[in-house]
Amino acid sequence: MSRPIVAAAAPPPLRKRLFAAHNIGLLAAFAAIIVAGSLLSPYFLTASNVLTILTSASVIGVISVGMTFIILAGGIDLSVGAIVALAGVCATTPGAQGLGWLAMTAICTGVAALVGLLNGVLIAYGRMVPFIATLAMLVAARGLAQHISGGVPQTVNDATFNTIGSALVLGVPLPVWVFAAVVVVGWIVLNRTTFGRRTIAIGGNAEASRLAGINVARQTLVLYVISGVCAGIAGVLLTARLTSGSNDVGNLYELDAIAAVIIGGTRLSGGRGTLAGSIVGVLIFTLISNIFVLENLPSDIQSIAKGVIIVAAVLLQGRSASSK
Amino acid sequence: MTAAPALLQARSLSKSFPGVQALANVSITVASGEVHCLLGQNGAGKSTLIKVLAGAQPPDSGELLWRGELVAFKHPTAALARGIATIYQELDLIGGLSVADNIFLGHEPQSLGFSMRRTIRDEARALLDRLGCADIDAGSIVEMLSAAQQQLVSVARALSYDARLLIMDEPTAVLDRAETETLFRVIRELVAGGVAIVYISHRLDEIREIGSVVTVLKDGRSVAERLPAQSTPTSALVQLMTGRSVEYPFPPRPAPPAVDTRPKVLEVSGLSRSGAFADVSFAVRAGEIVGLAGLVGSGRSELLETIYGAARASAGSVRMGGQTLPGGSTETAVARGMGLAPEERKRQALLLDDSVFHNVSLPSLDRFARAGLIDARRELAAAAEVLGSLDVRPADPERIVRELSGGNQQKVVVARWLLRNCALLMLDEPTRGVDVGARADLYALVRALAADGIGILLVSSEIPEVLGLADRVLVLREGRVIHEAAAAELDEARVLDLIMAGQA
Repeated sequence: MSRPIVAAAAPPPLRKRLFAAHNIGLLAAFAAIIVAGSLLSPYFLTASNVLTILTSASVIGVISVGMTFIILAGGIDLSVGAIVALAGVCATTPGAQGLGWLAMTAICTGVAALVGLLNGVLIAYGRMVPFIATLAMLVAARGLAQHISGGVPQTVNDATFNTIGSALVLGVPLPVWVFAAVVVVGWIVLNRTTFGRRTIAIGGNAEASRLAGINVARQTLVLYVISGVCAGIAGVLLTARLTSGSNDVGNLYELDAIAAVIIGGTRLSGGRGTLAGSIVGVLIFTLISNIFVLENLPSDIQSIAKGVIIVAAVLLQGRSASSK
Repeated sequence: MTAAPALLQARSLSKSFPGVQALANVSITVASGEVHCLLGQNGAGKSTLIKVLAGAQPPDSGELLWRGELVAFKHPTAALARGIATIYQELDLIGGLSVADNIFLGHEPQSLGFSMRRTIRDEARALLDRLGCADIDAGSIVEMLSAAQQQLVSVARALSYDARLLIMDEPTAVLDRAETETLFRVIRELVAGGVAIVYISHRLDEIREIGSVVTVLKDGRSVAERLPAQSTPTSALVQLMTGRSVEYPFPPRPAPPAVDTRPKVLEVSGLSRSGAFADVSFAVRAGEIVGLAGLVGSGRSELLETIYGAARASAGSVRMGGQTLPGGSTETAVARGMGLAPEERKRQALLLDDSVFHNVSLPSLDRFARAGLIDARRELAAAAEVLGSLDVRPADPERIVRELSGGNQQKVVVARWLLRNCALLMLDEPTRGVDVGARADLYALVRALAADGIGILLVSSEIPEVLGLADRVLVLREGRVIHEAAAAELDEARVLDLIMAGQA
């Protein structure tokens, strides 16, 4: 949060709270990719392609909102991809499907919240390192998903549930609306509430926060539940889009989300970062995928490009942070 | 003055940082076989001077002569290679490595790229023996050692570079009396062997005991050079350091009430924590300043932590305003009206990269929030008011805390608790890293807070500070309260006697 030194006794302008100074490079990269995309393909900037991009960004996007909270607070959640799979499988068992689409949605987010709660208990009260606790959860949750589904994709027969992945509301796909809603709620919680302020305080200095009377353990617990819920919502969107639940989905989503948060300018050790940066990070990755698909380029090259972007973004941020 | 040959000569060193002239035309001569003490208040330029001598920072102007030869160190390793080793206050040992590995870190004896483990261990053993440290095993992991042992490992490491000049920055700050004696013995042996020591300490008695000559710095200038360490009167040294003849500017203490009817804010009874302190009972009344005197390791900080709920007691109770605290919860302690300005401000109190007003409002966020939503304007206005009343400078609540001076950072921590209207404020080493001018401010502030009815619990390793500021003093030794008296009835010698010997 690099604030300019001004004497004005007013909250910092909105622009400053949306983007920190080091996000300028990020926005430039974002703009450059859009320009490149529109030059490469006349189809790129059409409304239908923009909605395609936003729809495919929605799953990782929702997960990244939770991940931004976690990383800002100095933690990490490696289990989100596995939570997506486990929650999707639990919501699509024959028994769950018998309860109807609403119950399936509730089961999906509920299971995810429970796994997040378990992460939170291990980290906040079991004093486990977040990396280890969520790594263990990643392995265990995926195993459980395979156990429940028998390793076979479970086709969703509930048409209403499946429309969540494809329905248009005011011409915009429902997943995009959900993504937008999660971002807006996340932004308000992070920037306007006591909860958000305490999250950033814990990431900035956990010991100082505890000695300032903040219940760091409880705050941490809630943060991992939030991350779980975000993964659960992503699980609903993904399951509905694929019209099946499978223990194989969501692989490496945790890394995509972490990469988006980090290139979005959030410090990996916490205490500094913006949610808007994370969203731009998600969009950059999605745009690149989209351009590669439109241009019929192989996916291996796409992975290389992603890796290069992560390195370049972090190098640029290091530059601007040290020149401050 | 001795006629020893000059080992290191610095001429007219100057160094400025944005907004600060840290060194202005400082000259210093260090001879072989002497302990050259640097005396000066915080901010006088001692740290900058030793960094320049050690090659950690280049001077803006001036020159360095090493054994008569003009040198310019680009990097600390260049100074090390010449034989100038520095032991900073924050020991730069690697906790997870062994003693021997630490001593030879960066210059391991090696053969074909393989470090020679046996040679390293044997040479480390030899160095430790030379320092008379038979009790330190060269194979021990450094973080298992005591602070004093780590200090000695640092000395061994300096010697492994065949140091001819050893710079020590407050080496005794974390040592107890016996450990200090060991260090002094080592220093004497090194000096007898022709090594020169540049020694920084705030403790005049140490300088008397170990020092050969004293150079006094004030505001980046050397105001006296090579004074005899043993015979220069204390009053003269204090005068040189401060430009004043009293060392501590305390506000007047109000006369104690004949019958004290002020309500008890804090009541501690029979409080114990295994391994730290035992059976501590006392009370703090509204408007009273209670001081805790004791050595490092006497259990002072642990006692504050436990009262505050940052650690659990093994027995006893803590009552705030007549209600027993559950213990183990800083959240409850703060909710009941406690505030703590901890010992290590930067590590334990501040969000260094966040704004001043965010730091001030941190425990009071609920006051400015409705249904969890913060009213940022109200928050900023309230924080700005408290900051203004404490005269925090610069008077900009959006300034990043890292950019403030130590004294102003301490005021930010105090402001945090004033905004919360705390009933009890616990101050752990409130003037550490704070220069004398700002100290006067802080002392006046603490007295004013007490006058407003806040109970103050003060911990300080500087006995004059406890005696000068507190109304009542508890003397802590080895985790027990061994004496309690009105501050006016005690003097420094008596308290020192109590905390060292324990005879009440």
